[in-house]
Amino acid sequence: MPGKQLLSSDDIRRALVRIAHEVLERNHGAGTLVFLGMQTRGVPLAHRLATLVKEFEGVEVPVGSLDISLYRDDLAQRPRPSLQQTRVPMPVTGQTVVLVDDVLFTGRTVRAALDAIADLGRPRAIQLAVLVDRGHRELPIRADYVGKNVPTAQDEAVEVHLREVDGEDVVTIAAGQGAPVPAMGREA
Amino acid sequence: MADTIAQHVAPANQAAPAPGGLQHQHVLDLNDWNKEDIDLVLRTADGMREVLQRDIKKVPTLRGKTVITLFYEASTRTRMSFELAGKLLSADVINLTASTSSTTKGESLVDTVKTIDAMAPDCIVMRHPSSGAPYLVAQQVRASVVNGGDGWHAHPTQALLDMYTIREHLGGLAGLKVAIVGDILHSRVARSDVWGLQAAGAQVTLCGPATLLPREWAPDRDVAATGLPPITITWDIEQALADADVVMALRLQKERQEGGLLPSIGEYITDFQITPKRLALARAGALLMHPGPVNEGIELASELVRGAQSVIDTQVTNGVAVRMALLYLLIGGPQ
Repeated sequence: MPGKQLLSSDDIRRALVRIAHEVLERNHGAGTLVFLGMQTRGVPLAHRLATLVKEFEGVEVPVGSLDISLYRDDLAQRPRPSLQQTRVPMPVTGQTVVLVDDVLFTGRTVRAALDAIADLGRPRAIQLAVLVDRGHRELPIRADYVGKNVPTAQDEAVEVHLREVDGEDVVTIAAGQGAPVPAMGREA
Repeated sequence: MADTIAQHVAPANQAAPAPGGLQHQHVLDLNDWNKEDIDLVLRTADGMREVLQRDIKKVPTLRGKTVITLFYEASTRTRMSFELAGKLLSADVINLTASTSSTTKGESLVDTVKTIDAMAPDCIVMRHPSSGAPYLVAQQVRASVVNGGDGWHAHPTQALLDMYTIREHLGGLAGLKVAIVGDILHSRVARSDVWGLQAAGAQVTLCGPATLLPREWAPDRDVAATGLPPITITWDIEQALADADVVMALRLQKERQEGGLLPSIGEYITDFQITPKRLALARAGALLMHPGPVNEGIELASELVRGAQSVIDTQVTNGVAVRMALLYLLIGGPQ
């Protein structure tokens, strides 16, 4: 099912431009920032934010990637996800880490990411940037920067496609397939 | 040999494997593994390598899971690296060695593993002097069984870490020439390497004195008729090393020599020791490997052990990452 379009390629670009500005405004510049993209689609989003920050402020913000498979709380319920690259080429201790993901859903992936970051060091602060917040949180977690808030039904599927991974920039929503989406599906 | 054991003692209780996951409940040998299985383990090990490079080398992935190491033979690397792999993934690891178990009171292998299984461990890593013992155990228990070496038969986790090390240094495995030299007859490492490397698309050449090659593998026999994958077998070390991308020396297993297989150690050294001069026959930058422990000055010239081409220490480091990957893939998900 193709689904209804939520964000076009231009919408995604504008949302990221706004988020980049918000990040800079809130942190008074890019001095101690680190962007950490969550596998898979958070990684290209983190790189895009870094490119925008470079454009606006002339500062290179380091970008890393985080795979949280080893920290999931639902390993016992689901087949093992295959491991993707975790690459954090800079120290995170004392930095302001902006965690970047495509969709915020139950909050369980973000919870796992917070544990993963704690094992890498002690950041001064961790902030969360997401392209889409679709609600239905199961944990006390919220995003600091949101591209678009989308009210959804529990069993609807929000699909984010990005140029770097899928060859196109678009966000769609499709009706549920009947079966409820597992508590920690592909969305965060 | 591998085929016959697998046929006669096929593991029981095979659960349907998760799609996209490892298609095996146990890791007994690599003779029934394909390229996708091997790729999955090696890719997963990349993620584990990253954990090993952190300041805090610990992830919560296998919290609440239990791994038993059951060793009926001496081991430094395999047992320690499995224990470390389990602990870094937060599993509880219990080590049982035959000398401190009820085996000394006459308990049989099957009784021992049934007792262990009654305590509901998730994984049993075992080493046993009898070829095929892990197959027997896999039939008796609910846990995933990993073969940490059985007799002369198989040592699949060593073969996987060998392949991981080759891939790390040379970028891949397909099309490489791998020469394995030494005591092939007693080497479970060589047997598992043959299956794994062949499945991954490498060309394997085995080389050793005629008395230390299995009779049915002699160069004048038809390899196809032995049920082996297509490999080259030679008694001529110069032919074996020519243009090799990887040279793997095997330990001369003094504890498994029943006597009479070698005229003398001196003669073995003269004809089969990997020396700088012989290693020069391989490709420039060829990797020198050894599963350890090394008899320095016997199968390998001492100056080569820590030489520029040696990746022997890297093999040990990678052993932990590969075993973390295996534990994660075997018991990380629903049981």
